[in-house]
Amino acid sequence: MKPILEIRSISKKFKINQGASPYLSLRDRLSDLLTIGSARKEDFWALKNVDFDVNPGDSIGIIGKNGAGKSTLLKILSKITPPTEGRIVSRGRIASLLEVGTGFHPELTGRENVYLNGSILGMKRKEINHRFDEIIDFAGTEKFLDTPLKHYSSGMQLRLAFAVAAFLEPEILVIDEVLAVGDAEFQKKCLGKMEDVSKSGRTILFVSHSMTAIQSLCNKTVFIDKGVSTGILSVADGVHRYLMGNILTKSGEERFETTPGVSRAAQILEARLLDNNGRVSNQLLTCDDTFVEIVWENTKGVKITPSIELVNYDGVKIFWSGDTASDWDGAGKMDKGKYRSRVCLPANFLKAGEYSLILGLYTQSPYEYHHIILNTLHFSLTDPMDRRSLARGEMTSQFEKFILLPLLNWNNQKIE
Amino acid sequence: MTDSEEYVIEPANGGLLNLKEIVQYHELLYFFSLRDIMVKYKQTVLGVLWAVLQPLLLMLIFTMFVGRSLRFSSGDISYPVFAFSGLILWLAFSSGIINAGNSMIQNSQIIKKVYFPRLIIPMSAIIVSIIDFLVAFVVFIALLIFYQQNVGWSAILYWPLALLLTIVASLGLGCLLAALNIKYRDFRYAIPFGIQALLFLSPVIYPVSILESDWMQYVLAVNPMYAAIILFRLPLTTVQPSLPLVYVSITSGLLLLIAGLTYFKRTETYFADLA
Repeated sequence: MKPILEIRSISKKFKINQGASPYLSLRDRLSDLLTIGSARKEDFWALKNVDFDVNPGDSIGIIGKNGAGKSTLLKILSKITPPTEGRIVSRGRIASLLEVGTGFHPELTGRENVYLNGSILGMKRKEINHRFDEIIDFAGTEKFLDTPLKHYSSGMQLRLAFAVAAFLEPEILVIDEVLAVGDAEFQKKCLGKMEDVSKSGRTILFVSHSMTAIQSLCNKTVFIDKGVSTGILSVADGVHRYLMGNILTKSGEERFETTPGVSRAAQILEARLLDNNGRVSNQLLTCDDTFVEIVWENTKGVKITPSIELVNYDGVKIFWSGDTASDWDGAGKMDKGKYRSRVCLPANFLKAGEYSLILGLYTQSPYEYHHIILNTLHFSLTDPMDRRSLARGEMTSQFEKFILLPLLNWNNQKIE
Repeated sequence: MTDSEEYVIEPANGGLLNLKEIVQYHELLYFFSLRDIMVKYKQTVLGVLWAVLQPLLLMLIFTMFVGRSLRFSSGDISYPVFAFSGLILWLAFSSGIINAGNSMIQNSQIIKKVYFPRLIIPMSAIIVSIIDFLVAFVVFIALLIFYQQNVGWSAILYWPLALLLTIVASLGLGCLLAALNIKYRDFRYAIPFGIQALLFLSPVIYPVSILESDWMQYVLAVNPMYAAIILFRLPLTTVQPSLPLVYVSITSGLLLLIAGLTYFKRTETYFADLA
């Protein structure tokens, strides 16, 4: 069987104009001609020799950090921008759900927009005629067919847009996570549609940061880092690379620059993760206590409370914790100066996996956050699978669906 | 898997105009034009009337203030008919290149998200101006009857030819401007000025015969709209035009079309990066 998509050493170069405005202007161009030797342009390779094959019926998850080059790859695949080098052979029509609602015009009616949008997405007028009732039915907007789109609620617009896209029938469907911007119901609908599509044997390329979505929808992955791809990997390998990539490149300790010109009542300076023995690390064990240490400065003398939020790699915020228990009474005073706060994530409480933290400094009354650092101190928790975690040990693999895995005190008695 | 076509995606090579692809996408061209026409007529109170009022008002102004005061002879064509015939072509041309010039920026949201031959966008902008022209053309016919203007049978040949030349001129220049506008964002401020200047370098409101020296006539003939306007008026008059001048103008229009399309094609593939 021939692959449906052959991607052969695709590279894409952008020129970065250092210190210039994003748009060219004729004035600048003319003044450039007069100044000699201003080498302000810098080459930037968004993709470098990306190479893989996709077989019919595959659903491939494309994984990578922001800026890794995933979206550029999708843009090249959907012919929006040409590659600088390389070649792609595709044996089927490619459509992308990037395009939901593209070209919708507020002055036109629902009916007119369905035709316009459909034809922009590459449907023939006949196909749209044929599918029209189904599309409107799916969107649930038949009452407003001849109302200009500007009178639609944003939810209705989204439904109509998605309905058109849902009836596209390309051999290869390209989906960017951008989709997930809609409300929860809409996301569900999209994911549902994707499952339908993948079951119907069509080929999907799916870009997402949600490893859960990748794991449930894809059968293969491609991991891209700084424009370089790994080629086809298994789902488990791709997900693991992504998660470990964030952890291995960091040490478990971060220092934060003060932003010049911004004066805060309090400022986080450093943060680190410590294991049971007080060593800095970001590869920790579920069966040990883990300490989060924040070094911060109180610059104005108001009462400050530190806080953390724990976030897992599906983006789920697991909990918030601030120092609400020790001595604080709202509007009280506090000495200026540097402080060190330490909080313990107790042993046998979280399940094995990868996490990150949100750090914050706030005042209780009047309630105000002075400094927040998002998405920092990435770490992994590993279950040692030996006597130390006997209580859960080898069952851990079955606990995927739970968020926490606390070791609680049970009291068991025989009563009869 | 169905044995479907193979598509190849390769680095841009600035290839030639892909007419086959444009034909393939003709429905999109239709829907873009339809959208622009509908939006235009829905948004303006006067709607279709605007297409008629614009040349009509300009004609009245020129007739009263220019035609009468300067008293230049428009030959055997009455001045209102003379001015109107030039104005409807001129307005088709100028609105065509303005709309086409701005079209790529206006549609940048779509360009960034979906692939289709980009040429469809300026083409649909020009179709909209042609529709306006056809509406105004009906008024032109009424005007011919009102002024009892003699019209030769040659109109069957020359009027479509004049329209074709107008399309050639506006497509060439429109594509050039569309590409320049996307590339250089400050370019569009120069366009209205250029069009205004060009109006006075066209035989729209005065006959070429008032120019005395030969070289000035040749300068005028470089304007691609020169031939269109002269040929459009040909069935109304017995005065024969200077053929070399008409050929100069037609050649200039064709060269402009080639230059416009080539430059557009060359920058086309990078529109999504620039827009």
